[in-house]
Amino acid sequence: MGFTEADLLAIGLTLRLATTTTAILLLLGTPLAWWLATTRSRWRGPIAAIVALPLVLPPTVLGFYLLISLSPSGPVGQLTTALGLGTLPFTFWGLVVASVFYSLPFVVQPLQSSFASLGARPLEMAATLRAGVWDTFISVVLPLSRNGFVTAAVLGFAHTVGEFGVVLMIGGNIPGETRVVSVQIYDYVEALNYQQAHWLAGSLLVFSFLVLLIVYGTQGNHGNTSFATEGQRP
Amino acid sequence: MSFPLAKQSANAGDSIVVTIKTRVGQSKAVPENFAFTLDVDLQLPGQGITAIFGTSGSGKTTLLRCLAGLQAIDEGELIVNGEVWHGSSHSLPAYQRPIGYVFQEASLFEHLTAEGNLRYAAKRAAPGGMTFQTIVDLMGIQSLLEQYPSQLSGGERQRVAIARALLINPSLLLMDEPLAALDRQRRLEILPYLERLHREIQLPILYVTHSMEEVTRLADTLLILDQGKVAAQGELVDLLSRTDLPLEFGEEAGAVLEGQVLSRDERWHLATVAFPGGELLVRDSEGLGAIGAKVRLRILARDVSLSLDATSDSSILNRLPAQIVLIDDGADAGMSTVQLQVGESLLLARVSKRSVHEMELREGMQLYGQIKSVAILR
Repeated sequence: MGFTEADLLAIGLTLRLATTTTAILLLLGTPLAWWLATTRSRWRGPIAAIVALPLVLPPTVLGFYLLISLSPSGPVGQLTTALGLGTLPFTFWGLVVASVFYSLPFVVQPLQSSFASLGARPLEMAATLRAGVWDTFISVVLPLSRNGFVTAAVLGFAHTVGEFGVVLMIGGNIPGETRVVSVQIYDYVEALNYQQAHWLAGSLLVFSFLVLLIVYGTQGNHGNTSFATEGQRP
Repeated sequence: MSFPLAKQSANAGDSIVVTIKTRVGQSKAVPENFAFTLDVDLQLPGQGITAIFGTSGSGKTTLLRCLAGLQAIDEGELIVNGEVWHGSSHSLPAYQRPIGYVFQEASLFEHLTAEGNLRYAAKRAAPGGMTFQTIVDLMGIQSLLEQYPSQLSGGERQRVAIARALLINPSLLLMDEPLAALDRQRRLEILPYLERLHREIQLPILYVTHSMEEVTRLADTLLILDQGKVAAQGELVDLLSRTDLPLEFGEEAGAVLEGQVLSRDERWHLATVAFPGGELLVRDSEGLGAIGAKVRLRILARDVSLSLDATSDSSILNRLPAQIVLIDDGADAGMSTVQLQVGESLLLARVSKRSVHEMELREGMQLYGQIKSVAILR
C-alpha cells in the first residue's frame, strides 16, 4: 500500500497552495501586524476584529461570501474578468485567495504580539544610532521578532494545509487544480475506502503534531526575544 | 527654506539653543492630570558637561528626548551649534541628528554581542572620530566584547552603551540618568569612566540626573528644571553657592570649589589645597592627585558653622575669615542659610535661626567660617 498517484497529486497541490499562501501572507501580514501593533487609530479595533473573523466563522460562511464576490457577477469577479484574469472560483488561484483570508489571523496575530512585545526602546535605540526606518526594520525588528515570524509562518502553513470547508466551497474537487489532501480524504471516506483515507489522514496528523512540536518547543526554550532578561545575569 | 537664525547671538555657533513648548502624556490612556508641559527657553554651552537636574517629573528626560528627536515638539525651535534641528518649517528626524544617546537602563540590542552592538554604531557613524579601539580602551570593555548583553552586569552594559553612543561620532552626547538603574557600588565603578570621558574628549554632554553626587563630580554647568520650567541655570560653582535654589537641595545644599593641591603633610595624612580666596586642609586620599593637581571640593552648608572669633579651641582644622553676603531665612522654620564671601569664593553655611538671632548676624558682618568636613570630588 501507500500513496496512489492521485494522493501524490493532492499532496503536491496542497504543499504548493500552503507555500504560496504563506509567502503572500507574510508579505501582507507583516505591515498589517505592524500597523495593528503600533497604531493608535480608532480603526485598530474594527480591523483587528475583521482579521480575527476566520477564527470564529464556519469556513462555509467565509467560502460562501468569497464564492459570491469572486463569481463572474460578483464585484471582485467583474474586476478580474475586466482585467483579463478570468474568474477565480474553481481555480488554484481562487484557492490561494480564499486561503489568504482563511489563514490571515494565524499569521497576523503572532506577528502582532511579537512586534508589540518589542516595545519602543529598540526602535528608539536604532534611531539614535542613525538607522533609518527600513534599516531599523531589517537590522532590529526582524531579528528580534524571529520567533514571531517562525510561529506565523508555521501556523499559516499548517492551517492552510488543514483547510477543508473553504476549499470545497470555492474550489470544488478538480484533480491537480483544487483537490487538496483534505478533500481527497473526504472522497475516500465517501467511497468507503478507509485504507487510503488512513494513509492520508495519518500523515496529516503526524505532520500537524510535528509542526506544533516545533512551534511550542522553540518558544518554550527561548521565550520571546524581548527585554525579559534585562537587568539580570543568567 | 529660511531659518530664523537672525536673532541668535554671535556665539550661537557653539551653543545649544532650546526654545520649546511641548505637551506630554496627552493620550487618552493617561489621565489629564498626568499631562505636563515642558516650556523652556534656554541657551546651553556647546562644550563640557551640562547637568540637567531636577526631581522626577520635572521634564529632564522629556527635554533630552526632544533634543534627540524621540519626542515630538509642539512648538519652538532647536538650534545646536548653529544647525537647525527643529524649526517652524522642518524637523530633523531622530536618525539624522548627530547625537549619541545613553538610555537610563542600559539598552543594548539583545540579539547582538557587545561587539555587535558597537559595530552597529560604527557602521552607521559619521566619518572621522575616534577609532573603535580607542573607545573600547577608554571604556575598558575589551574583555566584554564577545558577551551577549544578558551575560553582562548592569554596569558593564552601561559602559558598552556609552561606548556605542561614542562610536556614532556624535557632535552632542545625551545621557539620561545613565547610572540611576545601578546600585551605589556600580555607580562608583562607572563614574571614573565618565570623568575620563570629560577629560579626554571634546564633546558637549547633556547629562540628566537627580543625583547631587553626580552633578557635583561631573558637571561644569548646571540646569535645574522644576515642573517643566527652568528653575535655575549657570556655572556649577556659581549656582551651588546660591541660597535660593529649589527646596529639594535642602540637606544637600553646599558650595563647590575648584582648587589645586599645594602641599602634603605625610605625618598627619593631610594635604593643603589652595582655592580662590584661601587654603584648606583636607584629608589626604587616593582621589587627590600630585602636588599641583586640580581638585574639586565640596563643602556642604550643614558642615559649616559660624564663629565670631578665630581663637576658640576646637577640633576643627579649617577656620576661614569670612564676610556675610546674605542671610536667607528660606522655607525651613528653624534653619537659615548664610552665604559667605571667603576671598573670591562663596560658601554656604546652614545655621539655626536662634543662632542668627543670638549672634546678631547681619549682612556685611565679618566672622569666621568653621568647616567640619570637605569632600574631595575629583
